[in-house]
Amino acid sequence: MSNAIYLLTFLLLLVGVYAVVAKKNVIKIIIGLLIIDYAVNMLLVLVGYRRGGVAPILEPLGEDQTLEAASADLAARAVDPLPQAMVLTSIVIGLGLTALMVAMAIRLYEKYKTFDMNEIRKLRG
Amino acid sequence: MKHPGMTEIVRNTARLITGFIALFGIYIAATGHLSPGGGFAGGVILAAAGVLVVLAFGRTVVTAQLTEDRCHVWDAAGALGFLAIALLGFLAGGFFINFINVLVGKDKITVSLHKLMSGGTVPLANLAILVKVGAALLGAFLALSAFRSVSSRPENKP
Amino acid sequence: MGIEYLIVVLIGLMVIGALIAIEMRDLLGSVIALGAVGFALGVIDLLLGAPDLAITQVVVEVFALVLLIRAVRTREDTSTQQPRDTLRTGIVLLAGGLLLAAVFAALVSAGHMPAFGEPILAGGANVPPGVSADYLANAAKETGAANTVMAVLLDYRAYDTLGEATVIFAAVLGTYALLRHIGRKSDRPGGAEPEEAAR
Repeated sequence: MSNAIYLLTFLLLLVGVYAVVAKKNVIKIIIGLLIIDYAVNMLLVLVGYRRGGVAPILEPLGEDQTLEAASADLAARAVDPLPQAMVLTSIVIGLGLTALMVAMAIRLYEKYKTFDMNEIRKLRG
Repeated sequence: MKHPGMTEIVRNTARLITGFIALFGIYIAATGHLSPGGGFAGGVILAAAGVLVVLAFGRTVVTAQLTEDRCHVWDAAGALGFLAIALLGFLAGGFFINFINVLVGKDKITVSLHKLMSGGTVPLANLAILVKVGAALLGAFLALSAFRSVSSRPENKP
Repeated sequence: MGIEYLIVVLIGLMVIGALIAIEMRDLLGSVIALGAVGFALGVIDLLLGAPDLAITQVVVEVFALVLLIRAVRTREDTSTQQPRDTLRTGIVLLAGGLLLAAVFAALVSAGHMPAFGEPILAGGANVPPGVSADYLANAAKETGAANTVMAVLLDYRAYDTLGEATVIFAAVLGTYALLRHIGRKSDRPGGAEPEEAAR
């Protein structure tokens, strides 16, 4: 089961690479880059998962619970927080990348009146 | 091309709920150290409230008040606020040290553990990130929607 | 075990949605299919115990959809593709995929990567010592924040967050710079010639 999950994630990565390499439309290339981004983020979060684990947030303390006991209990039961922190920054950087690529696509359409890479490559603008 | 807004229903709904969307974004950023969320998600939600106003009322009406230059100013202010929090860490020993925790004292850090004013500089940094990400994304959207194509200008039409 | 079956089904849906998004001729439809892929990733994040990531992924996906729909001006993908090209690309990608899977299987069986569901928080036999167990046990005591992910992002690793704010700043600055001239000149009454305006 775990092998199936990782293999499917690599399959999603390859689908994204196929879209970047083999497609001739600028919007399809942007979609391929976004799919690669999703696949890599998902792989990072999957590595940190613990079976039956909880989210790494400390609950409010009970009646007679000390802070050390609650923290040690969290460390024994929670999923790994470090990949989550890194993926959080990666998601928002992906949004900035999307904005920049969309700006480039709009300028390309403005100059060459088409999204087709075969036409643009002839440099007739 | 005049960028007209949308119909009356959409405009009235936008008038009613834009305040709630913006408040929700600020709430998610301000309580990022207690429950899931954080500054990044809150900033994107705040920018989405701005996008709703621009789409519902038309760009020409909105940019009389909310120009792109103002978004640039708020963007830079958020980034400078984050840097200020980093440099103030020198009060307590180094770059980015959590100086509020150090100044309060090591044994008083967990006194207010699940309340809003806890964590030292963590909620302040969340608010700086909220301002920065929200203003940056709203400015990017305004720049994208200002782009009028050359072929659709009236003097260029055949 | 039920969660793992659900995750496999959702990743399968993501792959199918990605293929639909790539092969569709209608550009607006393919952008909306990409939105479905992003939402499925948000649900997977929630199932894997990462609620911060779920909120951020869903909201970022909605904003990216707004930007992409703004970019889609034509409605059809009119480019053609040779069948010889597709076969060559397919064979290369299949070989690359098998190589990747083989390398990953070798790493897992040698102990360098943890098996699925058992993360190595504090270092193991073949893995360098890790800090996650220390972060989980000491975050509330040393920083006073109950959310460990936020404590890691803004106290232990705050320098990385500063780097990320810089990257977003640079990307948005690039967007302003690319779209600057046309936006200004189109507001003048005379307008500019296409060659001069598109420089």
